[in-house]
Amino acid sequence: MITRLLLAAASMALLGAASPATPDLKRLLAEYPQPTLAAYRLFTDKAAMTPAAGVELYTLNTQLFTDYADKARYAFLPAGTTATVSATGAIEWPIGTTLIKHFQYDEGEGVRRLETRLLIRKASGWMPVSYVWNAAGTEARLQRAGLTISLTIPTPQGKQAINYQVPDQNQCKQCHQQSGAVTPIGPSLGNLNNDGQLQRWSAVGRLQNLPAILPRLVRWNDPAEPLDTRARAWLDVNCGHCHSRAGFASNSGLYLQHDEQDPTHWGVNKRPVAAGRGSGGHSFGIAPGDPDHSILVHRLESTDAGVMMPQFGRTLADTEAATLIRAWIKAMPPVAE
Amino acid sequence: MRRSNSGLCLLAAAALFSALPAMARTITVRPQAGTSGSGPNDHTRLQEALIAARPGDTIRLAAGRFRLQKGLSLDVANVTLLGAGPDKTILDYTGQTGAAEGLLITASGALIGSLAVENAAGNGLKSKDVDGISFVNLRVEWTGGPKASNGAYGVYPVSSKNVLIERTLVKGASDAGIYVGQSQNIIVRNNTASMNVAGIEIENSYNADVHDNLATNNAGGLLVFDLPDLPQQGGHSVRLFNNRIIANNHVNFAAPGNIVANVPSGTGIMVMANRNIHITGNEITDNKGNAVMLVAYTQAFTDKAYNPLPRGIAVRSNRFSGNGNAPSFKGGAEIAAAIGGTIPPVMWDGVQRFTSPGAASHTEADGPIIVDDSPVLNLGLGTWGTPLDQAKPSVGSMTADATQPNALHEPDAIQLPAAQLARAAAIKGGMIGR
Repeated sequence: MITRLLLAAASMALLGAASPATPDLKRLLAEYPQPTLAAYRLFTDKAAMTPAAGVELYTLNTQLFTDYADKARYAFLPAGTTATVSATGAIEWPIGTTLIKHFQYDEGEGVRRLETRLLIRKASGWMPVSYVWNAAGTEARLQRAGLTISLTIPTPQGKQAINYQVPDQNQCKQCHQQSGAVTPIGPSLGNLNNDGQLQRWSAVGRLQNLPAILPRLVRWNDPAEPLDTRARAWLDVNCGHCHSRAGFASNSGLYLQHDEQDPTHWGVNKRPVAAGRGSGGHSFGIAPGDPDHSILVHRLESTDAGVMMPQFGRTLADTEAATLIRAWIKAMPPVAE
Repeated sequence: MRRSNSGLCLLAAAALFSALPAMARTITVRPQAGTSGSGPNDHTRLQEALIAARPGDTIRLAAGRFRLQKGLSLDVANVTLLGAGPDKTILDYTGQTGAAEGLLITASGALIGSLAVENAAGNGLKSKDVDGISFVNLRVEWTGGPKASNGAYGVYPVSSKNVLIERTLVKGASDAGIYVGQSQNIIVRNNTASMNVAGIEIENSYNADVHDNLATNNAGGLLVFDLPDLPQQGGHSVRLFNNRIIANNHVNFAAPGNIVANVPSGTGIMVMANRNIHITGNEITDNKGNAVMLVAYTQAFTDKAYNPLPRGIAVRSNRFSGNGNAPSFKGGAEIAAAIGGTIPPVMWDGVQRFTSPGAASHTEADGPIIVDDSPVLNLGLGTWGTPLDQAKPSVGSMTADATQPNALHEPDAIQLPAAQLARAAAIKGGMIGR
């Protein structure tokens, strides 16, 4: 099962990659997803290490926690197209845009890549699809019904055995939907606003209508940033796609996007609605000053399927983020009932 | 699963086949090792079938036990998922490690019939944001008996329209056996709910008929609640009729913090907030507390659009016996002792006005409480927020004549789409004996 991508890449280079160097837009836009990742020609080598023309690496300030997986993100825009910032600050991606995300672990002597997820912008909307890599790291095949991969991973707490979960197609949609339509989560203007990335995109014509004043979602783990914006950034990226007025958890009344204005809706003294045992016996989403009695902390620290939040996408708790959220709640002045 | 490698695009298939209903197929999925046990691939095979289904298809689940470590989901419109019977086809989630729902339905027009869901880590069956959802002849059970560690809801449509739940048995839910939340146009009938915290709960919902159900040995039988700070609130127009609500005296085993954890054991029917609720022709017997409890939402709230009062409530022609001899609500024992040991079947907290957050003046209840089949224990709290120790309990009559001259008119019977009802009627079995 162990993939040694560096080795694989080296051997590919020796053999000489024969694939054409540009992505296959026709296949990206086809009705059905291709059986293999390679069919799209988004990368020039079998191990998908070298991006093809028009496929560019990008980074986010704050990313979703997926059991400490390393992620490498690329965006493909078809030649001659450009993304546009709308009046509301949303990025409108051209048809054919493909957002690519590798999920991998650095095991010291090499990187083991598990899956590569695509979000393909078709005329009818975004289509999510996941490809799972073979043990040799030479081929990634379509996986629609999800998969469990047992492996041992490095974590800040040491090595841990996990059952990594490749999501099924419906789970992709569950997180990625806003008002029923599949949408990207990570690459928002604020989350892409780092180290001149947006300005570079703008300069090369990949992004237009860039506002003069750019929003910025902070890095959740940057101690130089204020506690409040760090916590809100982490919650936005890890919870806000579902916990929003247009998201899958709209019925909870708990809205965790960073720009939510009503403290009750982001959890302060908010009672649970349908949490069941997820409440952990606590009365409020956030009990100000009291992280030990806040449902939010209970659920993000849990790994019990009936309690944990997010409900899938992780099997471990994000211990470092939990520490941040605890500190954030601890710093809130208690409110007299 | 013979089509597991077909590589179909779900959305494209949906678009293509929605125009061709005649192409609907039946796909059968069997548990890996028949009826005597199975293995880890049941989830993958079942989930692949659910993803590869086209609108109008029927997925038949053969008799046997599907052992599932992760939840399943259905996101294709108008699919029928049909087992061989609620004691024959079993979706067994014992030891579930991921995706907390047993089966999550996010596409409209689904019918789930004739199967069982056992021991889901979270909710048993959930639908969200769908138009047309039918749960027919099912069993949803936590087989280890009632426990706080059981999943919250057995059958859980939320933010859904045109909801039908019938001939279904739900046991052991740590919140409500059947819970309809923030939904509209709902029929819940001929179900049995037992050993749940709440048997059947209608919450923040509009237009529901709940009838001919049996709720027994729950902590509370039937609940109609309305809560603040939610996308759909202002629950109204619910009819509870011809139900049997018997001996709902189970200890309340809900996790503290949840609203149902506050339901006193021994409650038959409880209405909290809501308007235009009609409770008629039910048989309500042997519940140790209130056969019928009508109360305001009592927790602090900041939602300016929320009305915490129960108002426009009619309680008529119910048959009461054996209720009220050991009420467990706060102060209940003292009140019972003061009035001869047994409280009357119907209790109202008497809250008639509240002040909306930030408002300068009171809002009065915009509908009467009418009870024509029982004397009423009125706690006389008057203004929202008055503590219970300042109650002025009295027992009296609240018939239409004594309260307001205007009768409260019942809403019309709920109509569901004929095609939805016909598909449900084609599923046989599951009627409860009377």
